[in-house]
Amino acid sequence: MARTGRNKPSLRVLVWLGVILAAMTAVLAGGTMSGVASWSPKLALDLEGGTQMILAPKVEGGSDINEEQLNQAVAIIRQRVDGSGVAEAEISTQSGRNVVVSLPGTPSSQTRALIQASADMNFRPVLVTGAGAAVPAAQRTPAAQLPKPTAKPTNASDTNWITADVQKQFEALDCDNPAQDKQQRSDPAKPLVTCEPATDQTPAIKYILGPVEVKGVEIQGSTFQLQQGAQGAVTNEWAVNIQFNAEGTSKFKTVTERLNQFYVAAGGETGSDPKSQFAIVLDDQVISAPRSQAVITDGRPQITGGFTEQSAKALSDQLRFGALPISFDIQSEQQISATLGGEQLRMGLLAGLIGLLLVVVYSLFQYRALGFVTIASLVVAGALTYLAIAILGWTENYRLSLAGVAGIIVSIGQTADSFIVYFERIRDELREGRGLVSAVENGWKRAKRTVLASKAVNLLAALVLYFVAVGNVRGFAFTLGLTAIADLIVVFMFTHPTLQQLARTRFFGEGHKFSGLDPERLGAVPLYRGAGRLRSPEDKPSVVRAKNTGAAAEAERRMTIAERRRAEQQEQLAGSSKGPAKEGK
Amino acid sequence: MSSFAKFGNELYTGKRSYDFVGSKKIWFLVAAAAVALSILIPLAKGGFNLGIEFRGGSEFTVSNVKTTEASVGEKAVHDVVPGSVPRVANVAGTTMRIQTDKLSDNETLKIKEGLTKAYGVTDNEVTSTFVGPTWGADVTKQALIGLVVFVALATVLMALYFRTWKMSLSAIAGMLVTMFITAGVYALSDFEVTPSAIIGFLTVLSYSLYDTVVVFDKIRENTADIDSSTRRTFGEEVNLAVNQTLVRSINTMMVAILPVGAILFIGAGLLGAGTLRDLSLALFVGILIGTAATIFISAPMYAWLRQGEAPLVKQAQRVKQRRADAAAKAAAAEPAKA
Repeated sequence: MARTGRNKPSLRVLVWLGVILAAMTAVLAGGTMSGVASWSPKLALDLEGGTQMILAPKVEGGSDINEEQLNQAVAIIRQRVDGSGVAEAEISTQSGRNVVVSLPGTPSSQTRALIQASADMNFRPVLVTGAGAAVPAAQRTPAAQLPKPTAKPTNASDTNWITADVQKQFEALDCDNPAQDKQQRSDPAKPLVTCEPATDQTPAIKYILGPVEVKGVEIQGSTFQLQQGAQGAVTNEWAVNIQFNAEGTSKFKTVTERLNQFYVAAGGETGSDPKSQFAIVLDDQVISAPRSQAVITDGRPQITGGFTEQSAKALSDQLRFGALPISFDIQSEQQISATLGGEQLRMGLLAGLIGLLLVVVYSLFQYRALGFVTIASLVVAGALTYLAIAILGWTENYRLSLAGVAGIIVSIGQTADSFIVYFERIRDELREGRGLVSAVENGWKRAKRTVLASKAVNLLAALVLYFVAVGNVRGFAFTLGLTAIADLIVVFMFTHPTLQQLARTRFFGEGHKFSGLDPERLGAVPLYRGAGRLRSPEDKPSVVRAKNTGAAAEAERRMTIAERRRAEQQEQLAGSSKGPAKEGK
Repeated sequence: MSSFAKFGNELYTGKRSYDFVGSKKIWFLVAAAAVALSILIPLAKGGFNLGIEFRGGSEFTVSNVKTTEASVGEKAVHDVVPGSVPRVANVAGTTMRIQTDKLSDNETLKIKEGLTKAYGVTDNEVTSTFVGPTWGADVTKQALIGLVVFVALATVLMALYFRTWKMSLSAIAGMLVTMFITAGVYALSDFEVTPSAIIGFLTVLSYSLYDTVVVFDKIRENTADIDSSTRRTFGEEVNLAVNQTLVRSINTMMVAILPVGAILFIGAGLLGAGTLRDLSLALFVGILIGTAATIFISAPMYAWLRQGEAPLVKQAQRVKQRRADAAAKAAAAEPAKA
């Protein structure tokens, strides 16, 4: 029944596992060498401490923040923090006025900007653009030639908005060296003179913008993707999509109807009338000012042109999180120590180690030498999980909290269960009288299904909770998913191939007393039954069978051994009763 | 040692068998009583002892402290409110932040006094303020939505995999029993409900379903073509499957519970209250109950849900018929032998 040639594939799988482990180690080593990663996993707020920021919300119009707005602020900051990884930040309120954000480690300037980023976003039409630098004093427009509005502006794109003051302000503005101090929030009903800060790819630009036409709160969502070409094929250009709500849709339609006229009048693609542009303004700074190439009637504009994946994501994030009409001042930013301290972690790890030792003892007691396979598998699972955590700490800012440590310790049980299910199936096959090599193959076939189905439940829990839940629960889901995947890799790529190999050794193959697979101890039905009778093929319980075998054979196989013996006994009795009858004839 | 292997052999061969399915009425009654108790206990005690993370609480800030020992602050709070779990942290060098559950004015004053003495600072260097929950309503809402979506999807997944919604229903019933009893024990212990406990709770739910799927897969295997078999009735097949996987259930439970027990009894014993204790209690109880619920509730319930199906009723009759025939045959053979 042993299939030759099985030997090689199982070895190959083991080699592949080695390759995966080596690759993960190499990735981590590379990261560590270049100074961006570290060998040890990153720790969460409760174990490592971090930074506590007290944020004072500022509401438009200067009124006091109410409870509902405060809760909204907390929810949105949580969304922003979660959006930057799985770091398990703590967000709370203080005195019913402030928002307190505690982040593990030292937040990067990006994270800080993201949290602080007020979200006063709106859309204004562009009236005039200019190079970023301030116009030298000598070249500025003399007082006599400063524009004088001839009439009241009729719409937001009307150049009559540009008064002498606005023009002077525009010329004096220096976007190459922007002033840091933030002035008063601009009046949405008046024109605005402001900058689009320089980026790696584009220089700073300054603008005169018309009054606000669409507000940020009217954005329902934003995504970014690779742009689709005319034939529906994906091009290499990144695009940012916006989706407005009903009110925003109708307002944006009016705006694009007007702006698109300027675009068409200026000669479409080749033209450059700034009045065809609308500026997306965040915190009184232009973050993007695309031209209106079409009238958007469905409230789903797409912004394209010169995006990289990063810049598209950044703009999309800004648009998505922009709907909060509250901004924040950082009142204080302080280092904060771990709330649990090393003591708890040490005790937790110690307890975990003791628990692991107990597991080792129990496995050896239950499975004898086979227990070593369990232990080796757990070690491999541990190595995989450790490497994954360290790598994810670097790439996803995944941090291990005490709850996470405990979760991993618990996962020992579920990981070991895959082996237990597998081993028990092998033993079942042995009890049916099968040889070890085929018992391993058949046991695996049946165990594989069970392991996959049950791990699917864990993965489902992990995925759903990761995408739906926030905060701690999200961190938990991440850990759960991580350990489930590590477990699957180990069972498929380590435990099973190892057993395939071991089944060929004399110690296991011949069922040594201490192998844990001793057929005698397992009460196997021997193939030889004495009285010169070999078991006939019919009642040989489980042969490697092709799929779709008859149901009767299946039922026969599922007859328990005790029943089979009973049945045989009855047969014998019946036979012996027939015997003398024959003789009498 | 060998006796456990023998135990496994006997369970497998059917020589030794525990009638989990047959005595389902007892188990259902026990479960119903335990669930009812688990609902009554928190009601009688006036709800769960929710931690600061859920309800918000008081925060003391002590500046210019002489020592940054956390234990000093913890003791000062314990002296006034025994059994509470304050969260003490060092902020920006010489400032301590101490967060406690909601306090009365009197307690606030006393703790303020205690902290002043403990950290050797002057009166005006201790300030107190109210802090909101870090685990606010929005977090709970999202977690609950996640849970409902998970359970719904898991139900569909199991129904598709096992090709019968009755298995899904039985598995979910077992999970609910586990959930209620774990929550009941937690309420009884009067431990504070912290985010760690909730995490432990979620782990238990996923463990409970996981465990049920493993056992149900064996049931599926044993009952795959029950229609053409007259060996055993459906209920007996289910019972056999549970017995055959009993060794696995016990081994898995032991392996899962050993590290958790170590954390609960050793770790928490040494450290007292805290994240580890909350988490490991929820896990310890949940794993025990979850394993038991699969064997005593989910499997018998599945057998019970299906035993009324017409083909299975017919099959049970055929089994009865065959047994009667076999008995008659044996009876006929007996005298012939003699």
